[in-house]
Amino acid sequence: MNVWGVIAKTFLHAFLICLGVVVLYPLIWMALNGFKNNAQIFGDPFALPVGWSWDNYVLAWNQGVRDYVTVSVLVTVVSGICTVLVSAWTAYGLTRTNMPAKPLLVGFVLGGLMLSPTVAVIPLVKIMQALGLYNTYWALIVLYTAFRVPFSTFLIRAYMLDLPKDVDEAAMMDGASEGQRFWRITLPLCRPIIVSCMILHVLFAWNEYLFAMIFSSGAGMQTLPVGLTLIMATHGTSYAEVFAAMTISALPIVMVFFAAQRYFIRGLSEGIGK
Amino acid sequence: MAATPSHRPAWMRAGGTLEFRLRDLLSFRWAAIAVILVGWFVYYPILDNFVVSTTDEDIFTGEVTHVGLANYQRLLDDPVVWTSLWNNGLYAVVSIVFQVFGALLLAAIIEGLGSERLRRFWRAVYFVPSAISITVTGLLFYFIYQPDIGLLDALLKQIGLSELMRPWLGDEHTAIYAIIAMSQWQGFGYSTLLFAVAIQKIPRELYDAAIMDGAGPLRRLWYVTLPLTREMTGLMIIITVTGAFQVFNEVMVLTAGGPNNSSQVLGTWLYQQAFTENNFGYGAAIAAVIFVVTMVTGAAQLVYTRRRRVQL
Repeated sequence: MNVWGVIAKTFLHAFLICLGVVVLYPLIWMALNGFKNNAQIFGDPFALPVGWSWDNYVLAWNQGVRDYVTVSVLVTVVSGICTVLVSAWTAYGLTRTNMPAKPLLVGFVLGGLMLSPTVAVIPLVKIMQALGLYNTYWALIVLYTAFRVPFSTFLIRAYMLDLPKDVDEAAMMDGASEGQRFWRITLPLCRPIIVSCMILHVLFAWNEYLFAMIFSSGAGMQTLPVGLTLIMATHGTSYAEVFAAMTISALPIVMVFFAAQRYFIRGLSEGIGK
Repeated sequence: MAATPSHRPAWMRAGGTLEFRLRDLLSFRWAAIAVILVGWFVYYPILDNFVVSTTDEDIFTGEVTHVGLANYQRLLDDPVVWTSLWNNGLYAVVSIVFQVFGALLLAAIIEGLGSERLRRFWRAVYFVPSAISITVTGLLFYFIYQPDIGLLDALLKQIGLSELMRPWLGDEHTAIYAIIAMSQWQGFGYSTLLFAVAIQKIPRELYDAAIMDGAGPLRRLWYVTLPLTREMTGLMIIITVTGAFQVFNEVMVLTAGGPNNSSQVLGTWLYQQAFTENNFGYGAAIAAVIFVVTMVTGAAQLVYTRRRRVQL
């Protein structure tokens, strides 16, 4: 390798490192500020905390974050399970049964991908009020499921289309019903894509803000993103506590991402590549 | 009978008994919940939105008056709508530069690295902001842009550019740019990851052949990577434009459209009209604009992917 090659390579690595600092430093700053007190926060922003104390984290946790986390976990898990189940059923029906008018159904369900939540939000308020779900997290569970079913169905259907059908057909010859074949054969075979769907859903539901803000503003119903803005509004002057609350809500999702990176990337590449 | 492969469902085939037809119809149950959910909560509200947009609702008496296209007339005369459209457009252009072409280049650099561990490391590092909630990153940048405690002004002072210091979000001229910048910071890792996956799918032999022909890294980028990720690039441009016209969260958290509506986008203006000022009808008309724009980009996406698939 010649001199220019070495210089170019060094330059590229330096560039990647600089960009990495730009990406990570604000997040580290956020976590560090959670350990400071207000006087330190108003001092040199680049300084490390003096006398690391978990007080702000404990305070933030007890002053609401615990409740927001509970609601967020509930909404994320329940809507995730509903989304994956409904999508797997639909994908199964569309790939493994003699259901009439399949192309029409595929178009209908996947067409939902093109419709945006923002456009639907005003009529949805009326619907949720009529159903008595307005200002409850049940509204979020229903909406997260409804708006994510098209994408998950799309992923699972693509995966099922690529699966060999012989086991399924053999089971059919042995007299297994559609239901038995779904639960015993197809669903277990689809585990990798189910996991990917679940992870993508967790990422979506944990972070969603528009619906959460409009449909679950009632006390004890707020998810973490809404709760954070509330903490900001009510404890806005004790910055350190807000930083601690932000760190607490960011950490679980970053850990989920690193733990399940492989499945996550598979889901993304399947979703976009077809 | 069952194992006979056929593209036509049994009920269309001659000789299908009544029992078989019933069983085929029964198979609808697998898709029933999805159809009901999506129909009720995704399709119906969007149709209903058009009905709402031709009405004016008195929030206190619940009285609904039909006003025809008056709300749409009002759109045309509303300067904030034009500011919003401009800001959404700005969002789209900047995002195409950084989150499509910037990300493509970055992905090419990362995938060109020698060690798989390094490649995985950088992909993951750059992705981290995308995994974090928009409210967290929004609040974080709200603090970063603050004049008293923020990182940005402190950094400018440190490197001797004090004259550039300003309350970034409180200044009408910089608020929307500050928000868009934050958005790039959060989103570029996501598209980089997608491009990295697309680049990994390019057969290695093509690069080997290019090296045999004496092509350096730049020419390999130009003649192999770019042409073979063109499909992905087109798709990402469309997705980015669609996203730019639906943008809501970051603006809501950072400025809520202020100061003086200078950073308003269609999504936040809709929210303010419908939920702060209780103009449901007018809010629905703004939503209809978003719908039209996303339908056009969505149709473009459909045509584009169809055409590419036939060619490949």
